[in-house]
Amino acid sequence: MTNPTARYLLRRVGLAVGVLWAAYTVSYVVLYLLPGDAVETMASGGLDGEPLGPAEMAALRARYGLDQPILVQYGKALWAALGGDFGVSVQNGQDVLSAMGDALPSTLALAGTALVLAVLLGTGLAIVATCTRSRWLRQALLSLPSLAVSLPVFLIGLLLVQAFSFGLGWFPSVGAKGPSALVLPAVTLALPLGAQVAQVLAASLDRALDEPYVTTARAKGVGRVGIHLGHALRNAALPALTVVGLLVGQLLAGTVVVETVFTRPGIGRLTVSAVSYQDIPLVQGIVVFAAAVFVAANLLVDLVYPLLDPRIAQGATR
Amino acid sequence: MTELLIHETAARPTTATVSPTREPRAVRLRRAGRFALTRPGLVLSSLVVVLVVVSAFAPGLLAPADPLLGVPADKLQAPSAAHWFGTDYLGRDLYTRVVHGAALSLQATVIAVAVALVLGGLIGLLAGFVGRWVDEALMRFVDVLLAIPPLLLSLALITALGYGTLNIALAVGVASASSFARVMRSETMRVRRSTYVEAARSVGTRWWVSLARHVLPNAARPVLVLAVLEFGLAVLAVSSLSFLGYGVPPPAPEWGGLVAEGRNYLATSWWVCTMPGLTIAATVLAVNRISRALDGEWGRSR
Repeated sequence: MTNPTARYLLRRVGLAVGVLWAAYTVSYVVLYLLPGDAVETMASGGLDGEPLGPAEMAALRARYGLDQPILVQYGKALWAALGGDFGVSVQNGQDVLSAMGDALPSTLALAGTALVLAVLLGTGLAIVATCTRSRWLRQALLSLPSLAVSLPVFLIGLLLVQAFSFGLGWFPSVGAKGPSALVLPAVTLALPLGAQVAQVLAASLDRALDEPYVTTARAKGVGRVGIHLGHALRNAALPALTVVGLLVGQLLAGTVVVETVFTRPGIGRLTVSAVSYQDIPLVQGIVVFAAAVFVAANLLVDLVYPLLDPRIAQGATR
Repeated sequence: MTELLIHETAARPTTATVSPTREPRAVRLRRAGRFALTRPGLVLSSLVVVLVVVSAFAPGLLAPADPLLGVPADKLQAPSAAHWFGTDYLGRDLYTRVVHGAALSLQATVIAVAVALVLGGLIGLLAGFVGRWVDEALMRFVDVLLAIPPLLLSLALITALGYGTLNIALAVGVASASSFARVMRSETMRVRRSTYVEAARSVGTRWWVSLARHVLPNAARPVLVLAVLEFGLAVLAVSSLSFLGYGVPPPAPEWGGLVAEGRNYLATSWWVCTMPGLTIAATVLAVNRISRALDGEWGRSR
């Protein structure tokens, strides 16, 4: 039993490392090779600033090691990145990793709350929609997710601000002071994600409810809610769990817009300023970080799979 | 391109159902009428998309005024009969600006979807048709693209390419190519194994001829349905990037940019960012509804 599971885990971890390396390479190609001359891009002082002179550019080039052959540059950069060194931010010379570290706690609070909220909302909606006997309520509930994914995230945020900050005055509209400032951004971020969880879970619950074991349980006299929570949900959870893993990537991307709307400090705002300034090392650090979070989340999901469905670990050794 | 897609709501199913007994014209028309009448949402969605397309190609028809010219005395007026969407902080009519902004936003969206379709389609076609290590290598590459959140990949591309509507479009297109690659690959693999492709090969058809004549036309349909669905996502992605300020510089209207402009007046004038925002939402909802109809609803309705 331990053998197939161990092999399954090892395979997953190996895959994750491979994807991470490839993500680094893709971001390297996009950011350092695509612009033609990365130094010129960085030295232009961003899209709004003053350009540097040729002497300063040569100094910059030497400092970033960009006067060497591409493969040597790439090798050195990759080696440094392995040691956690993504270079320094062009904006203020701060180390990329420490700049991201400063911004991380605020984003972590936002993203974590939003993820929990999204899972709760999505699961709740899917269960109520598939459990209810009223056709009308089911239709109404199931049409909510497709509405939520059609709204731009910034519009959701701005509408919430209008209603709950300026209208009712319950929550602050900007900033990050105290837990009450976390509510609106977290809800904004959670709504589209929760909608996707709801869509997938409702579909897989419907499928699970058609299975013979549900008929058996019903014949034994198990109640509607009992069947739902005790039998169908666990079997229907796998696809929903996969989606949650995939949503973690969207979560980080979502913070870019949400933190801008609510003027919250964090990774998202850092990204916006880095892109505006064409701060290539910082942008690369953030992209690789996002890929790492995504890969880690999906690895975690892969590790939880065998707990929910032992057949998966067995099948992986085929 | 959108226009083409709308027409296809009505036109494509007839080509898809070329059965031995083709329905007579009158029957088909009546069926189409019934199909539309029982789906008011679909009719409304088509209408919204037609309006958006008209405002993109001929904004003068819907809003004859100049979108850049404001009457300072009329600034920040609430929606009324004279100004349907209200006015902004310079007294410019928001309805006019939204209508004229459709051109840039739609242009970016169409380019984005086209880039994604061609790039992803080619990758998928190649991977599915050639198979073996080419398939393996290309699909690993697509997996990596999926690991980087699309918005962040777009932002990285914008960092490299710079601001502007075209760059936004390219960035969104490249970032969403992976889903096209996957669908195209699976469709190509399905078609490649079918009898008629085998027959074509056995009579000595060259591989590129059978690829262009047999595989591509038969694998294209699900990819086109996906294109309509991606169109809605691309509208969202493009407007997000333009909301963040990477689109055209201010005086020119662009949907996401209009919402961003209204942020500062949120407390007093809700309409300045809500009206353009709702326009984006209505467009996306309409496109999604149409893509659902294309995705087999017509075929199932008989």
